[in-house]
Amino acid sequence: MFLYFGMFLSIAAYLFGMWLKKKLGWAVLNPLLSAVLLVIAFLKAAHISYADYNTGAQYISYFLTPATVCLAIPLYKQLGLLKKNFVAVALGITSGVAASAASIFVMALLFKLEHVHYVSLLPKSITTAIGMGVSEEAGGIVTLTVISIILTGIFGNIIADAWFAFTRIKSPLAKGLALGTAAHAIGTARALEMGEVEGAMSSLSIAVSGLLTVAVAPVVSGLL
Amino acid sequence: MKYMKEIAIIFGVTLAGEILHALLPLPVPAGVYGLFLLLALLCSGRLRLPDVEHVGGLLLDLMPVMFIPAAAGLMESAAELRAVLVPFLTITFVSTLFVMTVTGRVAEAVLKGKKEEGR
Repeated sequence: MFLYFGMFLSIAAYLFGMWLKKKLGWAVLNPLLSAVLLVIAFLKAAHISYADYNTGAQYISYFLTPATVCLAIPLYKQLGLLKKNFVAVALGITSGVAASAASIFVMALLFKLEHVHYVSLLPKSITTAIGMGVSEEAGGIVTLTVISIILTGIFGNIIADAWFAFTRIKSPLAKGLALGTAAHAIGTARALEMGEVEGAMSSLSIAVSGLLTVAVAPVVSGLL
Repeated sequence: MKYMKEIAIIFGVTLAGEILHALLPLPVPAGVYGLFLLLALLCSGRLRLPDVEHVGGLLLDLMPVMFIPAAAGLMESAAELRAVLVPFLTITFVSTLFVMTVTGRVAEAVLKGKKEEGR
């Protein structure tokens, strides 16, 4: 398979997703979701295996580490805002991390999940690289964790606008914190599109909520 | 030359993040170490925004595309998911909405309290 097939298909699918959203003007038409569905549909229709697509496409993912590093740039630009609203930021992220653990625990009880599935879900709102480590440490199934992290991210990315309108969350600062804490880097991609403040606060939330989850996971995972 | 220098700085910081990740026994990914390192370099004045912001802007612009390969990989994991599909999806979606609401509302409540205090 051509090396640039996967890279071109991914970028072209995202551009198509953006074009489609603009053309039809539907907020639910999230470009990332359209792009992912388009890539899967194309591969199925053309009988191309995921492995063939990924021989080239994987190289795009390698740039995720330097891109994460560069989240420091919007954060630096908004540092004054962070200092001014330190309490709101700290309480917002901390309560989000607690809400994540509590809601997963309660629902795992309701669904009578086994320990292994419960701990696989626990790190679902944090960035993949940290989440995989948390799941492994707690004895979870890493593949399931990665799936739930990606689904969480895409869902958060898609639903954010409608949900913020519904829950009447209006300030850019709160939106950014909510997106980053609930939906890590994929949510942050949406926050960056919303605006500079949203992007900066979301970037910060990825790091802080990830680190907080690492700290509380050993305690919370022992509950079920 | 401008771009080459920026790429060198960003890749250098990323490499430093990878080295920290290898040396320290914490489950913190290289990118997060790098993020704080770059932030520290900018705050201390060792680097200025123009030293990183063009290539940085390019990488951030492309960021959503970087998730497509992994997300498309979900087409391969249908079998693993099937056994626990309903609880799994319910928990994933409900808890995401819950976290978003709690974080957003708490932050807004603090912001509002502060504004009223200032009056």
